[in-house]
Amino acid sequence: MSEAHGGPLAHHFHDLDQQREAASLGMWIFIAQEILFFGGLFGVYTIYRNLYYEAFAAGSHHLSWKLGCYNTLVLIGSSFTMAMAVYSAAVGRKRAIVGYILATILLGAVFLGVKYVEYHEKIAPCFGDGPHTGCLVPGARFDAGALQLDGARAREAQIYFSLYFAMTGLHALHMIIGVPILLWVAKNAAAGLYTPAWHTPVELVGLYWHFVDIVWIFLFPLLYLIGHH
Amino acid sequence: MNSGEQDARKTMSSQAPLTLPKRHYLNADYGVRSWLLTTDHKRIAVLYLVSVTAMFFLGGAYAVIIRLNLLEPTGSLVTAETYNKLFTAHGVLMVFFFMIPAIPAVLGNFLLPLMLGARDLAFPRINLLSWYVYVVGAAFTMYAVVAGGLDTGWTFYTPYSTAFSNTNVIAAGVGIFITGFSSILTGLNFIVTIHTMRAPGLTWFRLPLFVWAHYATSLIQILGTPVVAITILLVAMERAFHFGFFDPARGGDPILFQHLFWFYSHPAVYIMILPAMGVISELVTCFSRKKVFGYGFIAISSLAIAGLSFMVWAHHMFVTGLSVYAAMIFSALSFLVAIPSAIKVFNWVATLYRGSISWQTPMLYAFGFIGLFTIGGLTGLFLATLGLDVHVTDTYFIVAHFHYIMVGGTIMGYLGGLHYWWPKITGRLYPEWWARVSAVVVFIGFNLTFFPQFILGYLGMPRRYHVYPPEFQVLNVMSSAGASILGVGYLIPMVYLAWSMRYGKVAPSNPFQSTGLEWRTTSPPPTENFAETPIIDEEVYDYASPPKEARSV
Amino acid sequence: MPTGFPLFPEQASTLASEVDGLYLYLVAVTFVFSVGIAAVLVYFAIRYRRRSESYRPEEIHGSLLLEVVWSVIPLGLCVVMFVWGAQVFFHMNRPPDDAMTVTVVGKRWMWKVQHPTGQREINELHVPVGKPVKIMLTSEDVIHSFFIPAFRMKKDAIPGRYNVVWFEPTKAGTYHLFCAEYCGTEHSKMIGRVVVLEPDAYQMWLAGGPVPVSPAAAGERLFTERNCATCHRADSGARGPVLGGIFGKRIALQNGETVMADEAYIRESILSPAARIVAGYQPIMPPYQGQLTEEQLLQLIAYIQSLSPPPAGTAPASPTPSPGAAQ
Repeated sequence: MSEAHGGPLAHHFHDLDQQREAASLGMWIFIAQEILFFGGLFGVYTIYRNLYYEAFAAGSHHLSWKLGCYNTLVLIGSSFTMAMAVYSAAVGRKRAIVGYILATILLGAVFLGVKYVEYHEKIAPCFGDGPHTGCLVPGARFDAGALQLDGARAREAQIYFSLYFAMTGLHALHMIIGVPILLWVAKNAAAGLYTPAWHTPVELVGLYWHFVDIVWIFLFPLLYLIGHH
Repeated sequence: MNSGEQDARKTMSSQAPLTLPKRHYLNADYGVRSWLLTTDHKRIAVLYLVSVTAMFFLGGAYAVIIRLNLLEPTGSLVTAETYNKLFTAHGVLMVFFFMIPAIPAVLGNFLLPLMLGARDLAFPRINLLSWYVYVVGAAFTMYAVVAGGLDTGWTFYTPYSTAFSNTNVIAAGVGIFITGFSSILTGLNFIVTIHTMRAPGLTWFRLPLFVWAHYATSLIQILGTPVVAITILLVAMERAFHFGFFDPARGGDPILFQHLFWFYSHPAVYIMILPAMGVISELVTCFSRKKVFGYGFIAISSLAIAGLSFMVWAHHMFVTGLSVYAAMIFSALSFLVAIPSAIKVFNWVATLYRGSISWQTPMLYAFGFIGLFTIGGLTGLFLATLGLDVHVTDTYFIVAHFHYIMVGGTIMGYLGGLHYWWPKITGRLYPEWWARVSAVVVFIGFNLTFFPQFILGYLGMPRRYHVYPPEFQVLNVMSSAGASILGVGYLIPMVYLAWSMRYGKVAPSNPFQSTGLEWRTTSPPPTENFAETPIIDEEVYDYASPPKEARSV
Repeated sequence: MPTGFPLFPEQASTLASEVDGLYLYLVAVTFVFSVGIAAVLVYFAIRYRRRSESYRPEEIHGSLLLEVVWSVIPLGLCVVMFVWGAQVFFHMNRPPDDAMTVTVVGKRWMWKVQHPTGQREINELHVPVGKPVKIMLTSEDVIHSFFIPAFRMKKDAIPGRYNVVWFEPTKAGTYHLFCAEYCGTEHSKMIGRVVVLEPDAYQMWLAGGPVPVSPAAAGERLFTERNCATCHRADSGARGPVLGGIFGKRIALQNGETVMADEAYIRESILSPAARIVAGYQPIMPPYQGQLTEEQLLQLIAYIQSLSPPPAGTAPASPTPSPGAAQ
């Protein structure tokens, strides 16, 4: 009926079933809260895209859809390796858990590396003296000419790029936060803490990672594919 | 019947002196580390008690200066800049650091596992984390408030906050952003605990109404807080990086900010009142010694309030130029959300019918709550009424309305609950006479402070005014006089509650002969709450049956 | 010193008595319910005060009938509040067609008022008794709120947007004007007076002071100075749409949609011309963002409005410009 406390069972739970149920529900609630968090941003995006469609389309065309596509595949791949890590935990293959988690982190790092390249090309021109050609950070140095826009459209495009940086930045931050958590789970897995009877932390981290992936699946078309046919 | 019950039946003077239980959560371990690294929900509740009390008195100090300044129409006590920082600080500190956390983080944290027959909340370490997040958020915000101040009002309306204010908007925004996570983590913990850790036999409809109230509150906390979090983040980003979401000069819309802000901040006011309603349900039933009238209706009304609260936010925006049809929808829904609250008030009063009513301090606070919340809630109807809101919005009528609910409602509920469960938390009784006196002083002081403000508002005195036309002075002086009485009413309990922790009479396990699991363990409880997990085989609030024994450790 | 203790501001507009009526209904409901509940509470608290520790009250679970009754009755009272309140609100949002348009621009920390006949005022508004006035409200900087308690009227002044509010004064006198949306340091000093004059006194006030230039005339001058007339002409070489007769009409746009040519559209077309281009024209108009104040924009709008005949039965928006003006 009640397992011995110590080991994976915390002192305030009766048994692993209760602990598992509580941990899962807690994670889903956390995800719900994250959906509302990103939801606010998506709401702002929806309103401004509706108002400023042409500027948004111009901004979107300026992004590299190829890099975005590549990153999407990378992230889906990382979700696959994460799912494999969870499966490995369920069947008790300790080394496979660690390996798949490390692969997930690697793919995540590739994603972040591509993001760095994309950000760099938009932000680097904003520094130093000179004409700041190609600077796409909203503000005084924003180069609307790079998008062939002026006047009101230039201002609207700045809102597009504000949203671009805010949404992809927040998403990237969630990925960066995920990495140490993944490492911690990998460390525990290597130490043999997870068994087929108890591997809930692996599942929950997997849930988090899939959520981060899904946010990107929405971000990619909304930011990169406006007006593409 | 064990000795604890027998003692309570005799008069105080004839009982043999009680002693505290040998082992309880307060003496289980000593030292600063045992407190700062605790995962015991009861200790965390005490940590929160200290923090929210400090923030309450700080926020209250700002209110004192505000009311002093408003004695004179020329407002000569402080400059306009200072005044604007004072009312902002009062609002920010009170809303985010007292009103939202107080009852859930102090009473909810302490009582929820006890009421559920559990050993702790579902995630004890996340509970401790939520306190640290609160403290860090408070530190950031206090820095912003102290080093230069903040003058945007707690509502941060754009473009003033993003493009015109010269104060620490970003620091304050970051502080509030961080503090929001404390609220989210508490809500998450409560929902999971209530779903997964109820003792055997404790079905949903056997749960105390305090638990229902906190469940509904937690739903709002997890769904609403993230939206204000992202909104505040956008304000900070706009200020720091010159994004233009809310600035018309950069293509943005200042009204969009208001929609996003109020989408959270309206449900937030229900985060502030629902827990207090939960407390009142407990007080009314115990001190009438009678099962609460309409239990099911009160339970479901909490959920209804939580749900409807997300659908009324634009009633804060009726004069911004919203479409008339949109305004009508929000007006209608705002009336709808008032009905479940009315149902609760009627059910509480009906509980008194043919009860056995004690006038002990917690019940005095409950009486005060019912009267003042009724007035506050009814004045909310004035604001839901479109044609009337146009005149009274942004005036002192609004200030009076929300203080009736937050102070006349929530704070009286908090004090009532604090007194009721004080013996359980500390093992000591508070001095009853002083407690009754301060409850009456609070009630009188409160009404004197805020009732004149209804009249001031209808006469047209706008809110957030540092100076005002002379014809408003008489009412302002009345209000300030009341505030001084109210302040005294809050200071007295500080003194005697602190005194009682050392010198108060030792409390029995169940000083008020209440039903409820928290009274079936010692006062104070042991760290693990119950020696054995209780098994529930009776209905809630079963006052008709003889009292159950307290199991001591 | 006023005698007595005022609970209401003066009723000085047609809407004031409607709003006060609504208020009294709500006060009555509040009074009845709060006093009623308090009385029952006090009665029960005394009548059923605990006399013996051993008394166990009988268990009463509830009553479905009571729950329904005390849900339905408050709901019914609320429905009345809702309908009545919505009616008054509709009335507040439908300015009469013959209202005289006064523009008000809020700016930290003053109200800049301009009459259709050209008079300008700062923190004061002179209006005649018995004539409806429509306020065209905007802000130059942050959100303000234009509040006249005696008229029971309030509307936010929002930068980048025009809000409309109206009133019809019923009683001569001087009334408070307040800013009711916190706007920074001197928010509580952003106050003024509304002076309602009998018709003769109002005519005298209009005639006094320097000869005013109506907003439409000022707008006409701007139209020439800022080279709008270069493109917006009636001849065949004109590169911009003709502006005569378009105010208040639906215009077909380049993208196939239509738009109402009202104040907001004209303001947008001056500041961000490329946003919504009229069908058949090129997007070549330079944007005037940052080159015109809010008042200048309102003057240009008044001028363009004057080029269209007013809808049947209404007063002209402003005096017609002198002959020879660009079409």
